[in-house]
Amino acid sequence: MNRREFLLASGAMIVSFAPTTIAAEAKGHVAPKTVSLAEVDGFLAIGADGRVTVYSGKVDLGTGVRTALMQMAAEELDVALEKIHVVQGDTLLTPDQGATISSVSISRGGVEVRRAAATARGALVEEAARRWTLAPAGLTTQAGAVVAADGRRVSYAELVGGRSFSLKVDPKVRTKDPSSYTIVGRSVPRVDIPAMVTGQFEYMHDFRLPGMLHARVVRPPTMRGRLGAVDESAAKRIPGYVATVRRGNFLAVVARDEWAAIRAARVLRPEWANWEGLPAMDRLWDEVRKTPVLRDDVTQNVGQAAEALKSAPRTLRATFDFAIHTHGSIGPSCAVAQWTDGNLHCWSASQQTHELRLQLAGMFSLPAGQVRCTYIEGSGCYGRNGHEDAAADAALIAQEIRQPVRVQWSRADEHVWDPKGPPTLIDYVGALDAQGNVAAWTSEAWIPAGQSVSRATLVAAEHAGLPMDDSHPGSVQQQLAIQYRFPNIRTVAHRLAHTPFRPSWIRTPGRMQNTFGNEVFLDELAQAAGADPLAFRIRSLDDKRGIEALERVAKLAGWQPRDDARPSNTGDVVRGRGVSYVKYELVRTYVAAVAEVEVNRKTGHVRVTRFFVAHDCGQIINPDGLKNQIEGNVVQTTSRALFEELRFDRSTVTSRDWVTYPILRFADAPDVVIDLIDRPREAPWGAGEPTAAVVPSAISNAIFDAAGIRMRSVPFTAEKVLGALRRV
Amino acid sequence: MARTFSLSVNGRTSRITVDDPEMPLLYALRNQLDLRGPQFGCGLGQCGACTVQVGAQAVRSCSMSVSAAAGKPVTTLEGIGEPGRLHPLQQAFIDEQAVQCGYCINGMIMQAKALLERNRKPSDDDIRAALAGNLCRCGTHVRIVRAVKRAASMMA
Repeated sequence: MNRREFLLASGAMIVSFAPTTIAAEAKGHVAPKTVSLAEVDGFLAIGADGRVTVYSGKVDLGTGVRTALMQMAAEELDVALEKIHVVQGDTLLTPDQGATISSVSISRGGVEVRRAAATARGALVEEAARRWTLAPAGLTTQAGAVVAADGRRVSYAELVGGRSFSLKVDPKVRTKDPSSYTIVGRSVPRVDIPAMVTGQFEYMHDFRLPGMLHARVVRPPTMRGRLGAVDESAAKRIPGYVATVRRGNFLAVVARDEWAAIRAARVLRPEWANWEGLPAMDRLWDEVRKTPVLRDDVTQNVGQAAEALKSAPRTLRATFDFAIHTHGSIGPSCAVAQWTDGNLHCWSASQQTHELRLQLAGMFSLPAGQVRCTYIEGSGCYGRNGHEDAAADAALIAQEIRQPVRVQWSRADEHVWDPKGPPTLIDYVGALDAQGNVAAWTSEAWIPAGQSVSRATLVAAEHAGLPMDDSHPGSVQQQLAIQYRFPNIRTVAHRLAHTPFRPSWIRTPGRMQNTFGNEVFLDELAQAAGADPLAFRIRSLDDKRGIEALERVAKLAGWQPRDDARPSNTGDVVRGRGVSYVKYELVRTYVAAVAEVEVNRKTGHVRVTRFFVAHDCGQIINPDGLKNQIEGNVVQTTSRALFEELRFDRSTVTSRDWVTYPILRFADAPDVVIDLIDRPREAPWGAGEPTAAVVPSAISNAIFDAAGIRMRSVPFTAEKVLGALRRV
Repeated sequence: MARTFSLSVNGRTSRITVDDPEMPLLYALRNQLDLRGPQFGCGLGQCGACTVQVGAQAVRSCSMSVSAAAGKPVTTLEGIGEPGRLHPLQQAFIDEQAVQCGYCINGMIMQAKALLERNRKPSDDDIRAALAGNLCRCGTHVRIVRAVKRAASMMA
């Protein structure tokens, strides 16, 4: 079926560009603009001035994806980049392309925009052909216009400006040949940075509505606080104080200005019942292992692993754990909510406005059509942090006081109350045959259960006793299955009934923890086999692109092949290198990495000096933007691997700020050396998470190379390093 | 008891009225003068997102009261340059694309500005030391150091 036949079969009208009034729709006065994934109008509009608006359900979380999406749209439409404008994450205006998670904003989001743009371009060419009574095949497009061989040109604005396409997206549309690209594949500077470095950029935290009041939530001093009496007398004496909002165990204060809200929150005197239901921190891993299992997910089953383990000449065992992490956004969560005639409008930095809309509709028992969620960029979230919770806080408070409200979380609110990356525990047993090949590989992980939809409970709904969903940690079973060809493999995820803190996804959820265990345990097997760890990986792979990534990182880092004889490191500071590799979710982006570390044997301090990455995400949209993401993955995950561990007592989180939850500072940031493997003819994949997956394992393997100790517990704190050194 | 202060911000003097003279300067800048450069990050002086210059010093505006800032020359990110007339640091951060989410970048630039005013040729280690109290969560550190170095050479 060719494109025209498809369009006819699908009932689309190619040239019925219909009038549209987006500005009016945005106010909700007329039938809403379509947000259908099947419609070109879901994704694109061309104004009478020729400006192109891209409606993206995927949002820029500080990753630069806005610029990349603009490049993809501009390229496919043949429009100058400057003519493109992006509307992100507005449930009234943008299609539901799924939450901005799992590094799929390019591979899904961008490709959907690209298809819509290619379909639109085809329709514009056909419309010009009709007007000129020429064959479409003889026409080209250039700088926002259709051009005929005789030099005639008609702009897109003349063809469709200000009207809708009323056209189905052709899922099989022919997109441009990558060899003709002039915008995709170039390091176009990010369009948002000039505003960010001059204080002109509008973050969520800067957004204001007329008549808006300021609120602070007053959270309980325990994770399951039951609220008793509230003494408001001191708060009422704060000038600017407006109200105390109480609903169930939810408590907040509202004031005319922000500082008054902060002061009132400080002097409010609520009585909270005591609660000590958290596990003792020093017994966390026993508690995780003892947690009731709801079900076992067998994530990989090849051959007969159990039998092979019994008959193998040599087996290895190891247990890995990975601490609870907070997202640690530099700007605590913030949101604004307004109710108008029973309709709720929430502005937040949520990475999943469409999902949040359903959650808020559920919380307030409203039809989804009465809730609108609009994304405004916030401080980087790296997953599901507190942004959605702040939105629910604002919605609840605004409903109670019948005025628009801005809620700004405090530093402690964010550290304590954002949902957490759950604790992960994995046991491994592996076997080598007589030739030093892996004969069997088994792993068992203890991780929280989840549902198919990625959501975390809204704190306000929980505290106020309103309808709510369960929390979901993200697809944390991903990457427990392994990427190597061994004859016998069995990997099982024990999905737990509960976990100490409300779980959610934080950058590279599960893939990071599981890759940590997998790639360190593989190193242990390589060492036991007397094999070079990089060559051992290559010989266990049958994936050409994966092998190329490993070969290229070996070259980039100047890898010295070695057997199990470690260099005789002496002195206080010893140096080493470690390798790691991932094929993300076993189906996309390849990353091979070498970490170079210094271990101070006196202090236990580990410093990652350089980190080498060979990265293959298929077609590259913006090389420099990609490098920026890879560097961020490496530096942030170096922080998580070396320093980060959420601390808590029996009642609550005790990591409440940057002193009690230290993160990496400049002195500990490694240099990052990158080899980008560009494959313009392959599908474009994502880069927001994959590199992070290999960082903890590469560092751990390098520490072993340097100091002969296996770090199997994240973070690799100085205390743990010293403990391991004492046991050598 | 409401009090009125005279604040000198980016070369312009404004009179602001506050209920609490101990209110941090940050809230006056953001909510009364509608500035967006300084950001709220911790309110504890731990992260640097709110950094402004008071005189030649880089100061955490979340931890300095309005009354203490009154009458002193305060400079914010908006005051050092604007699109079309960028400060070398702003230009260098663009040239190096030394931004991810950008929330910490106000602090990085304002802290670096104070550094470059007392050390015109900082080494990488000087820059790392000067920015030790500024947190970035996205992991933009390597680019930020490059951008500050580039700005120093632009200003030489």
